[in-house]
Amino acid sequence: MCLEVCPHMVFRMAGKRAEIVDRDRCMECGACELNCETGALKVMRGVGCASALIYGYLRRSEATCECGSDAACC
Amino acid sequence: MDFTHLSIIRPPETSSTWLLKDHLGALGVRFSAGRKRYRVKTGLYRLGRPGKDSEVFVTANYKLSFDLLRKNLEGLDAWILVLETHGINVWCAAGKGTFGSSELIRQVQEVRLDEQVSHRRLIVPQLGAPGVSARQVKEATGFTVKFGPVRAGDIKAYLSAGYRKDQRARTVSFTLRDRFILTAVELANSLGYLFFAVVFMLLLSGIHSEGYSIELMWKEGMQAGLYLLAAYISGAFLAPLLLPWLPFRHFGGKGMLAGIGIFGLMALITDPAIPQLALVGWFLISGALSSYLTMNFTGASTYTSLSGVKKEMGIFVPLQLVFTFSGLVLILISKLL
Repeated sequence: MCLEVCPHMVFRMAGKRAEIVDRDRCMECGACELNCETGALKVMRGVGCASALIYGYLRRSEATCECGSDAACC
Repeated sequence: MDFTHLSIIRPPETSSTWLLKDHLGALGVRFSAGRKRYRVKTGLYRLGRPGKDSEVFVTANYKLSFDLLRKNLEGLDAWILVLETHGINVWCAAGKGTFGSSELIRQVQEVRLDEQVSHRRLIVPQLGAPGVSARQVKEATGFTVKFGPVRAGDIKAYLSAGYRKDQRARTVSFTLRDRFILTAVELANSLGYLFFAVVFMLLLSGIHSEGYSIELMWKEGMQAGLYLLAAYISGAFLAPLLLPWLPFRHFGGKGMLAGIGIFGLMALITDPAIPQLALVGWFLISGALSSYLTMNFTGASTYTSLSGVKKEMGIFVPLQLVFTFSGLVLILISKLL
């Protein structure tokens, strides 16, 4: 499943197991963790967006795409 | 009378054709124009004459997502299920969780999809996976989520191949064309910073050793505006375009290099009559502004991670602040000498 959902080819099959090919390729979207049948993966999810981090910092909260209203930055 | 039942009995029709307003809208949102309200109603839609065996494609209620999907389904009879993502595209919404298992489950139940189709398949864009757990959806609705290709353009091939995607169809890229399209929104969003910087430097320009001069303000202010414009273009346009070819892994570094490089080029060509100190000051400011703008491009990219951006900001934000401050100080000193 992880191979099915990962957008950056982080995984490959080695026999009957999936293995990580290149951690640096990972963008921490969490698709693999959410769809792993066996719960073998753990991802520290988050947005890779500097503006989101800045907004989060200014609002003393976590990095978020939320600019406050229903509308969004992204 | 409860009108919502009408849309369940007879889901609205849509087509694969784009009208002028769809083209204009799509172009507009690339410049961020009208992006906040660019949505379609949620729920089930009919494309062509779908029947009990027709596929169900799931998408977000961001109109561009919806339009791109229906356009790429040209010729097919299909159901389109639109989720409430508050006008956000599939991938971003999936990351936030709005394009997620619970919303998908809710929509499937609300439109009584099990009565519209006899199969139990939902084709969800691969980029919906950060928010959609196939297992959860199956348990709650009985429908199997099939993660289709990354791009809608590959859907037909995916179907012909028996729900299979090749390496390319399951990978996200960030081509020159992608980056070029995204610079439009970047330029639009950065205008505020440019404006603020120009006004600030304009006011600063009038300062000289004996006081303040409006004439000087305009004369030097115009030059300052030009330098800031160059840094703005470096950071919001050039560096994003040249991304893979610029040194440094971090966007902030690429931006800084581009800003300094472009200013250097300008100085070489125009040979401005400004004192050495001010020249150095402008190198620093150009680098800082450009670095900041390119750093913001991380949000538009398709491969930056939270940990990577945190690291980048830890290095480059202090640099940007120090450069800006020192640059301003040097320029000020050169004016007062």
